[in-house]
Amino acid sequence: MAFLELSGVQKQFSGGVRAVEDFNLAAEKGEFVSFLGPSGCGKTTTLRMIAGFEQPTAGAIRIDGADMTYVPPNRRHVGMVFQSYALFPNMTVAGNIGFGLRLQHRAKEAIDRRVTELLELIHLEGRGDRYPYQLSGGQQQRVALARALAIEPTVLLLDEPLSALDAKIRVALRVEIREIQRKLGITTVYVTHDQEEALELSDRIVVMSEGRVEQIGTPFEIYNFPATDFVASFVGTLNTVPAKVVDPARRRLALAGTEIGTSSELQDAAGERVTVAIRPEMIRLDGSDGDSANHLAATVQDVAFLGAVVRVRTALADGSTVSVDTFNNPNLAVPASGAPVTLGFPDEAVLVLGREAAKHETDALAAAEAML
Amino acid sequence: MSSVGGGTPITGDATMRQALSQSATVPRRRRSLGTIVWWVIFLAGVAYFVIPLWSTFMFSLQAEPFGAAYTNTLDDPQFGSTLLYSFVVGVITVIVSIAIMVPTAFWVRLRVPRLRRIVEFVTLLPFVIPPVLLVFGLIRSYSSGPLPLTNTDIGSSALLVAAYTVLSFPYMYRAVDVGLRSIDVQSLTEASQSLGAGWFRILWSVILPNLRVSLLAGAFLTLAIVIGEYTIATFLARPAFGPYLALIGGNKAYEPAAVSLISFALTWAAMGVIQYIGRGTRISVAGAR
Repeated sequence: MAFLELSGVQKQFSGGVRAVEDFNLAAEKGEFVSFLGPSGCGKTTTLRMIAGFEQPTAGAIRIDGADMTYVPPNRRHVGMVFQSYALFPNMTVAGNIGFGLRLQHRAKEAIDRRVTELLELIHLEGRGDRYPYQLSGGQQQRVALARALAIEPTVLLLDEPLSALDAKIRVALRVEIREIQRKLGITTVYVTHDQEEALELSDRIVVMSEGRVEQIGTPFEIYNFPATDFVASFVGTLNTVPAKVVDPARRRLALAGTEIGTSSELQDAAGERVTVAIRPEMIRLDGSDGDSANHLAATVQDVAFLGAVVRVRTALADGSTVSVDTFNNPNLAVPASGAPVTLGFPDEAVLVLGREAAKHETDALAAAEAML
Repeated sequence: MSSVGGGTPITGDATMRQALSQSATVPRRRRSLGTIVWWVIFLAGVAYFVIPLWSTFMFSLQAEPFGAAYTNTLDDPQFGSTLLYSFVVGVITVIVSIAIMVPTAFWVRLRVPRLRRIVEFVTLLPFVIPPVLLVFGLIRSYSSGPLPLTNTDIGSSALLVAAYTVLSFPYMYRAVDVGLRSIDVQSLTEASQSLGAGWFRILWSVILPNLRVSLLAGAFLTLAIVIGEYTIATFLARPAFGPYLALIGGNKAYEPAAVSLISFALTWAAMGVIQYIGRGTRISVAGAR
């Protein structure tokens, strides 16, 4: 049995707004699961239902086998970290961290010991007597994390905890959060709209859109084998290009007048129009070297330097735009605008969009296993 | 060499500096004129408040022998006893008012924000309903029947506290509401809940301490009203400070002036206490608000 289980969970707000529809998840003990999606997709509502701040309209939530669906939040023993930190302004750092322990009527020495341990864990030793306003945003969020961990919760919930921080601290703190989570082996649910954060931190990602689960999978599966059009377009950068089915049995398509292959199963009949997606980093600019199974003639439109990556925007014969990402290095030969190039990519890079999510997930898993 | 628009061509560094300094002089002159005007308004405001106080003070000193108005006032046992009575009633009123208003404002803000306007309207009713109407209603309701409170001193004092609590609603509700607006009530409440706190613990340990300054302001306003209140205390026949003030105002010449100034001193002392207790408070934490 899974440690955290959500079965058929639904949430309908007054006025008929369906925030979450038929949400199913089984997370194992110690697993780090992220809910990823745009604003209003229902990820925070789902998290709040796990915390007990919202009641599901239907379905059940079980933690460690116990039904928690209607248990009040203060009896769930679930730790929560908020985007706004929510530290108690009237209490010191030590007071904040020890608050939950005081509610459990622990001995003062035990509380002091635990607070010291947690201050070490979050690298804020000796700052227990400071007030929240005396700390930076990153430090405040670390205190909020320590406060949630102090009561040794069964599940740790983090609601966009890094959104209010600047980019550099965000990256450093997410590494810290993951390290602490691994060290303590605590089942964690993390809500974010930042795909990079979700991909880096998670054991599994739940991609959500308009209250529905689009796909559940490892970061590898989600990125390389998106189950739906939404996942494909939301996670990572994607080239979407119109194509025509040539031979479904041989998995052949026509793209800008050139025949290409795909590893995806084609369910449409020959001559049907489909949309294919290719990740920019899966395409090679000089594709005539014979390593790539598919080759397309294109013309360079412009080149953008994105730091570690150089993005070359090209136009195919039918006018479709295809971006190509390549790692930046000082010796990189960047083609000039208007220069003819050949784009090369393997069959696995060609994803056919618009299929059913379940079917996709099966295919994606099989393909992932084959590639590994 | 360059020409700006259709104006005189500006040539060389010296000319440019001169032109720049000339253009800077005009706003500086305007600024100094503005400062003078603001000082005049400020001093007029100070004079408006200080001159009557000074006149009252000078008048109170005309009593013979020198300072008799103050010594007579302070020697009068009724002064101390009525002031103490009103102060105790005021403190109880503040406690009752906080006990009613904090949970109400908290709940309205957290769970039923659509009721905010209705609650605001209800709390404003004491401004519309005259105290004399309120006290007559209380006397009629509680002078006989199952709760004949006016028959005993303690019962009448309880009615006085009840009436003053109603009078304090507009001030206390607003003070609490402003305080709640400055903190992230929902996140703080949910954070407390996730750590195992029940409603009482949330209010006592998290919400109340963060409303300290607002509650002090509300408490101070309530005390100020209670200590000077005349109508309700008179009709309930209570030995309060308001009726005492009216009594000596009608019978003596210089003492009312002395009592007024003592009241002012007490008021300023109370404000000083609020400033002292509220020093260094940071309310706008609890996130990126």
